[in-house]
Amino acid sequence: MISAPVSTSPHGPGQFLAEVMAATPGDNRLNLCVQCGSCGGSCPSGPEMEHTPRRLFALIRAGERDTVLKSNAPWYCVSCYYCTVRCPQDIHITDVMYTLKSMAIKAGLFHDAALPGFSETFVDYVEKYGRSFELGLATRFNLRHHPLSLAGMAPMGLAMLKRGRIDLTPHRIDGMAQLSAILEKAKALEAAP
Amino acid sequence: MKAMFYPGCSMQRNARPYLDSLQAIKGDIDLELQEIADWNCCGATEYMSVHRVAAHSLVGRNLALAQHQATGTDLLTAGCSACYLNLAKTDAQMREDAQLKGTVNEALAAGGLAYQPGRLKVRHLLDIVCHDIGYAAIQAKVVKPLHGLKVAAYYGCQVVRPDYDGRWDSHERPTSMDKLLQALGAEPVDWSLKTQCCGGHMSVIGPDVAFGLIRRLIHGAREAGADMVVTLCPMCQLNLDAYQVEMNKHFHTDYQVPVLYFTQLMGLALGKPAKELGIGKEFVDAAPALAKIQAEAPKAEATKRKRRPKASDGLPMPGMESRHD
Ligand code: SF4
Ligand code: SF4
Ligand code: SF4
Ligand code: SF4
Repeated sequence: MISAPVSTSPHGPGQFLAEVMAATPGDNRLNLCVQCGSCGGSCPSGPEMEHTPRRLFALIRAGERDTVLKSNAPWYCVSCYYCTVRCPQDIHITDVMYTLKSMAIKAGLFHDAALPGFSETFVDYVEKYGRSFELGLATRFNLRHHPLSLAGMAPMGLAMLKRGRIDLTPHRIDGMAQLSAILEKAKALEAAP
Repeated sequence: MKAMFYPGCSMQRNARPYLDSLQAIKGDIDLELQEIADWNCCGATEYMSVHRVAAHSLVGRNLALAQHQATGTDLLTAGCSACYLNLAKTDAQMREDAQLKGTVNEALAAGGLAYQPGRLKVRHLLDIVCHDIGYAAIQAKVVKPLHGLKVAAYYGCQVVRPDYDGRWDSHERPTSMDKLLQALGAEPVDWSLKTQCCGGHMSVIGPDVAFGLIRRLIHGAREAGADMVVTLCPMCQLNLDAYQVEMNKHFHTDYQVPVLYFTQLMGLALGKPAKELGIGKEFVDAAPALAKIQAEAPKAEATKRKRRPKASDGLPMPGMESRHD
């Protein structure tokens, strides 16, 4: 099915599409989707997703904001870029998935808190230390979201320790004040319309 | 050949064997690496999901520091797929999107920094090794050819895709690492899963999805007759090696396919002792496979624990500040 590019005017049904496109850097071409389905067919997470990328893009075009932002699909995206290199229309599909994740967090619409939870825990570490901290990350994430799996993970954690493959304390970069100033400014710019 | 170097958090710790083996071989292959001083985490795929512009600015700080510190090179390399892609993506999207370029630089200015997109050429380590240093130069340095070793070259996703600067011969069936391994004397097997996904962060947030993907890859490598999988990414190594053990528990299977970094095999072929290359730190012991080429490999420590873990065996908490290593 070939369809014409949809209008991305700020009013009318194209509004949500325009919003997603504006929040996705680069020439993302989302309005040019021809619904061919190559993306869904290439996706390793397809079977776990409530909507394949193709369906998600049809919903975006139809302005189904809530359904799209509540979908688990972007959170199951593993950024493998198969869809992106196979899309006949060169749509930056993986980048759009990132946009949908941050929009869902902002709107408070996501369907399982564990999914954004991992991203947010990771971000907390980076903002505090400038480096990520694998051990703290896995521990804090699991404490918050799967307390029962901690015991199950212990043997792997210990095996990592034995091999010197894990840190007990995070490393803090010297330029933390500089990094914080940059990130604060970036977030202010991001929030500005 | 000189390049600026972004090690990334994983290489510092969980992927230490990758860094150690790289350090061990770089002199032999004439590769000089200048580490970006005081680099920060690139945010993996997580930061991008939460704050878009901040994610690019986070990476932008590393690019700006590298541009500022670089002496005698315009190359910037990373060994981790995610780190490489983040650097490449921020550079590419700042080149393509003037508005993003402006915003990121406005944010960087708050920290007294600036980055001119395009000033650095961002390349994955494998790209530099294969395409700049070259197979012939490497082959000339081989003293212990890996004859008899069958290897499955695994590229994963984010190095060959989306490939902003067209560095690879294929997005789905690349051959660069296969040729490198051939130059080392090993025999690359023909398998169809070399750029299929290993599950990325799903091993932490949705293990069931990841276990399926990991099983498919490990099974595919074994079916193709490989003695081991060779990787170019800390996250792929972690997923295929450490989580192979968990995956076996999940499916009641007993796969034992070791997973090493291409730099470790380069080290062996260049005659470096296995220990110096971090061999022996893997979860699935590589020693039996390496016995085929008579490389002395320290045995990996047994992963099975004899007794059931007690509650007190839980992972140490981040609060344990007294135990610096
Ligand atoms: S592959 Fe591209 S054009 Fe085809 S459905 Fe997916 S996004 Fe649309
Ligand atoms: S990038 Fe995401 S959406 Fe695209 S194929 Fe991979 S997992 Fe699926
Ligand atoms: S993305 Fe991963 S590997 Fe790269 S710097 Fe951050 S934690 Fe380290
Ligand atoms: S193969 Fe796995 S770790 Fe490597 S890039 Fe793809 S998802 Fe990430």
